[in-house]
Amino acid sequence: MRPQEATVLVTGGDRGIGAASARALAADGWNAAVLYRSGERTAAELVETIRADGGRAQAFHADLTDASACEQVFNDVEESLGPVLGLVNNAGVRADNLTLSIDDGDWDLVLETNLTAAFRLTRRALRAMLRARFGRIINVASVVGPRANAGQANYAASKAGLIGLTKTIAAEVARKGVTVNAVAPGFIETDMTADLPDAIKEAVPARRAGRPEEVGACVAFLASDNAGYVTGTTLYVDGGLAA
Amino acid sequence: MPTLDTTEVEQRIYAALESFGAEPTEINPYATFQALDVDSLDLAELSQIVEDEYGVAMKSSDVERLKTVGDVIALIVERSQP
Repeated sequence: MRPQEATVLVTGGDRGIGAASARALAADGWNAAVLYRSGERTAAELVETIRADGGRAQAFHADLTDASACEQVFNDVEESLGPVLGLVNNAGVRADNLTLSIDDGDWDLVLETNLTAAFRLTRRALRAMLRARFGRIINVASVVGPRANAGQANYAASKAGLIGLTKTIAAEVARKGVTVNAVAPGFIETDMTADLPDAIKEAVPARRAGRPEEVGACVAFLASDNAGYVTGTTLYVDGGLAA
Repeated sequence: MPTLDTTEVEQRIYAALESFGAEPTEINPYATFQALDVDSLDLAELSQIVEDEYGVAMKSSDVERLKTVGDVIALIVERSQP
């Protein structure tokens, strides 16, 4: 059972899937720590919305490609909101190109943000979770990774990596009451997909893009007490794209 | 750092081992982790507790050497000497 006072840290929490997840989790009684890199205003607005709905939330700034910043922000969150027993590794970037044209900088940026930061935050979060014998880690992966998508080798590698990370850590800590799962969104209407052509939707069996709230609801389920026996799995939220 | 009281460290380590599921009556300085059914994840968690509460860093190479409950207590007390 989740302790009375439990904080969930949501990276990239100021908009899109992260914001929808933070709202859903706060509605379920989690204290939401909303991590943002550039969206100070959107993070502040989200915190206000959550508070207006009767929830508890606070915004924190961090550049997750900086290892010491990961540690520092985690300490700040614990100090302000108490033990972090939930972690949603959602922060993600794209730097698309054909492999021949991906330079080291674009490779590193995507892997550092999407995968390495998730590893670092998970390693840090497990300390308190193991002691509490309760923890919920949800990694926001993608249908890209398990599926090919030409032009996204760096992104696909990072997301497939997240799924491998999810399964392995899930197996390591399962007996301590900590679950680790992934969600794999398909085409979701967010800032990240705003520049994609509408024709992509035609490839989705549901014939429409998903809403961030539809992913947030799945994240909230995986974080709930009811999902205590679900671990190491990937929940596709993709309108049937990967089916 | 003041010298640690061995009995106090012993009590803390025993409490941690109990929380990992070790049988309280079987915990003593000579008991091996294997006999107590304390596995590598438990030992990783124990090293974190030791680091947080006593400021003593236990590397994975240390953990590999530690076979008994007494080994851990001795290491903490030794490394915390001023």
